[in-house]
Amino acid sequence: MYVAVKGGERAIENAHRLLAHERRGDRAVPELTLSQISEQLGLAVDRVMGEGSLYDRELAALAIKQARGDLIEAIFLVRAFRATLPRFGATEPVDTGEMQVRRRISAVFKDIPGGQVLGPTFDYTHRLLDPQLAEGFEPEAPATGEAPETAMPRVTDILGRDGLIETSPQTDENALVGDLTREPLSFPAERDLRLQNLARGDEGFLLALGYSTQRGYGRNHPFAGEIRFGEVEVEFFAEEVGFSVPLGSIELTECQMVNQFKGSATEAPCFTRGYGLAFGQSERKTMSMALVDRALRARELGEDVKAPAQDEEFVMSHSDNVQATGFVEHLKLPHYVDFQSELGLLRKLRAEFAEANDPAALKEAAE
Amino acid sequence: MNAPTYNFAYLDEQTKRMIRRAILKAIAIPGYQVPFASREMPMPYGWGTGGVQVTASILGPDDVLKVIDQGSDDTTNAISIRKFFAKTAGVATTTSTEAATVIQTRHRIPEAPLRAGQVLVYQVPIPEPLRFLEPRETETRRMHALAEYGLMHVKLYEDIARFGHIATAYAYPVKVNARYVMDPSPTPKFDNPKMDNCAALQLFGAGREKRIYAIPPYTSVVSLDFEDHPFTRYKFDAPCALCGAEDSYLDEIVTDDKGSRMFVCSDTDFCEGRQAAGHHGSTNAAPYKGAA
Repeated sequence: MYVAVKGGERAIENAHRLLAHERRGDRAVPELTLSQISEQLGLAVDRVMGEGSLYDRELAALAIKQARGDLIEAIFLVRAFRATLPRFGATEPVDTGEMQVRRRISAVFKDIPGGQVLGPTFDYTHRLLDPQLAEGFEPEAPATGEAPETAMPRVTDILGRDGLIETSPQTDENALVGDLTREPLSFPAERDLRLQNLARGDEGFLLALGYSTQRGYGRNHPFAGEIRFGEVEVEFFAEEVGFSVPLGSIELTECQMVNQFKGSATEAPCFTRGYGLAFGQSERKTMSMALVDRALRARELGEDVKAPAQDEEFVMSHSDNVQATGFVEHLKLPHYVDFQSELGLLRKLRAEFAEANDPAALKEAAE
Repeated sequence: MNAPTYNFAYLDEQTKRMIRRAILKAIAIPGYQVPFASREMPMPYGWGTGGVQVTASILGPDDVLKVIDQGSDDTTNAISIRKFFAKTAGVATTTSTEAATVIQTRHRIPEAPLRAGQVLVYQVPIPEPLRFLEPRETETRRMHALAEYGLMHVKLYEDIARFGHIATAYAYPVKVNARYVMDPSPTPKFDNPKMDNCAALQLFGAGREKRIYAIPPYTSVVSLDFEDHPFTRYKFDAPCALCGAEDSYLDEIVTDDKGSRMFVCSDTDFCEGRQAAGHHGSTNAAPYKGAA
C-alpha cells in the first residue's frame, strides 16, 4: 500500500537517457553541428556568451546544442564552466573608439564623422515570413565598397568636446576593477559592479525595466547617441615581459545613451550618460542596459529614487536569470516536509475555528 | 576546445580557501550571515548550491557523506548530490546518520542525535530571517548590527492576535548564542529543539544569496516566543505506520482518492533502523479522519 519514494537513482538515469534521446530528435534528421549553430544562430550564441560571461563561440554553441535551444539553460552551462576557470588578471581597457566598425548609427545627428553605417540589421526589414528561407536559399553576396579613410569618433566624444555631455567618470588607473563573481556584492554598489551586473543580466528583464523608464517609471529622456558593433582588440599587460600583448579580438556592441541634462547654480547644464556594452551583436540588450544604467545613477545625480529601475537593490538582486530560474524552478523540488507542517497548523487552526463557530455551517461550506 | 578538468570535490583550492575563511568567520560569530563569493555550481540555484559549496570545501578523502532531502536519502535531489560527490571527490557515502561524518540536508534534521565530530550542512534558500518583513539587504544588515529585532516580535504577536498561535510552521526563527536572530533554513519547527546545544557543528550555505552562517557545537539556540505563548513542538496525532515511532516527524501519504492517509517517518534511515530492531507500526494507526 505504501509507495515509498524509492528508485530515485534509476529514475534519474532513465530521465537523463530520455533527455538525450529527445535532444537528438528524429534520428533520420541530420544532427546539428556546432559550426552550424555558431554561423546560423549567431545572435543566440552572442547572447549566451554575453549573459554567460565567457567569450567562446564554440563552447556557447555546444551549450545551446546541449540545452536543446533553451538559452537560459545554455547560459547556465557556460557559467558553471566559467566558474572553474583560473583567473590570470584583467585585460587593458578596450578602446571602442578604435573599433573595426561593422555597424554604427546615431539617432542624434543626421551625419557624423565616419558616417552612419547600417550594417547587418533587422531594423528596416518587413517582418514577413520568408518561405524561400525554408530550404536551399543561397543569398546574394553582400555589396562591398571602399573602407572609409576617416576615423569614427564616438558621438559622445564629439558632444564631450563642447562640454555638452558630462565627462565619463574617471577612475584611478591602478584601481582594481570590481568582480561580482569573485567578491560578494554589497550595497550600495559602485558603477563598475552595476555595469558588470547589467552586462550579465537577463535581456528580457533589462528590456522590461528599460521600457518602464520610457513609460514614466523613472523617466530620463534618452536619445540613442550612438550604437556601434564591430571588432576590438584585447590586450593583456604581461608582468613577465613588461608590456601589453594582444590576446586576440572580440566582437562587441556598445550603446551610449544621451540623457536628460543636469545642472545647478554652480554647474553648467549638460547631458548625462547611460552606457551599455555586450559581447557580439546584442543591440536590444545594450540599449536596455544603457537605459537601466542611467536610471540606476539616480542616487549619484541627486534624483529621487522612486521607480523600480532606479532601485539598485531591486535591479541587481533580480537581474540574473541563472539565479532567478534556479529559485523559481526549485519549487519543483519536494517540499512535503514543510507543507506537512503547514498542513498540521492549518488543520489545528481550522479545528479551533470550527469549535468557536457553528461546526455544521463550516462542514457545509467545505463541501 | 577547452576540455574541462576538475579538482577534488569539484571546486578549485582557491575557492575552497575563500569558503573556508567564510566558514571560520561564521563559526566565530554564531548566527551571523557571512557574505561569500558564491560560485556557479553545476546544479541550479535552489537545488542546494550553497550546501554543496560548503560540503565541497570541508570534505576530505576520509569523510563519509550522507545526503538527505525531506529527511530521506532516496529523494531524487539527495541522490543527485550524493552521486556528485561520489564522482568528483570519490568519498564514501552512506545513508546511516551514525556512520556519516558530514551530512548535507535540505529541510530536515535527522531524528537520531548527532555526535561530536559530525558536521551537519544545511541548504538554505533565503538566509535572512527578516527578509519577509524588510526586503532591503541594507536595512536588514543594519537591524542585525543593532540587534533590532522588534519587528520580528511584532510579526509573531500579530500571528497570535489573528490566529491565536504563532502561525509559522517551518523556518521558525531562532536566536543563536543570545545575539543573532537566525533562519534555521526551512526545517519544520519540530526540528528547532535539536539545534540547541547540539554536539555537532552546524553549517548553513545559501548559494544564490551568497551567505554562510554557522552554529558551533554546544551553542544555545532558542526559538523565539512569548512567556504566555511558549514555543511548542508540533505533535502528530498518530505514530509512524511503519515503525510505530511516536516522537518522529511524519510525512502524510495520501493512499487513495477517498481521503485515506497514512503517516510515516520522514527520516527514512531512522525508520528503517527501528524496523530492523523489531519495531512495527500499524497501517491502521489512526489515519487522519475527515477534515476538521
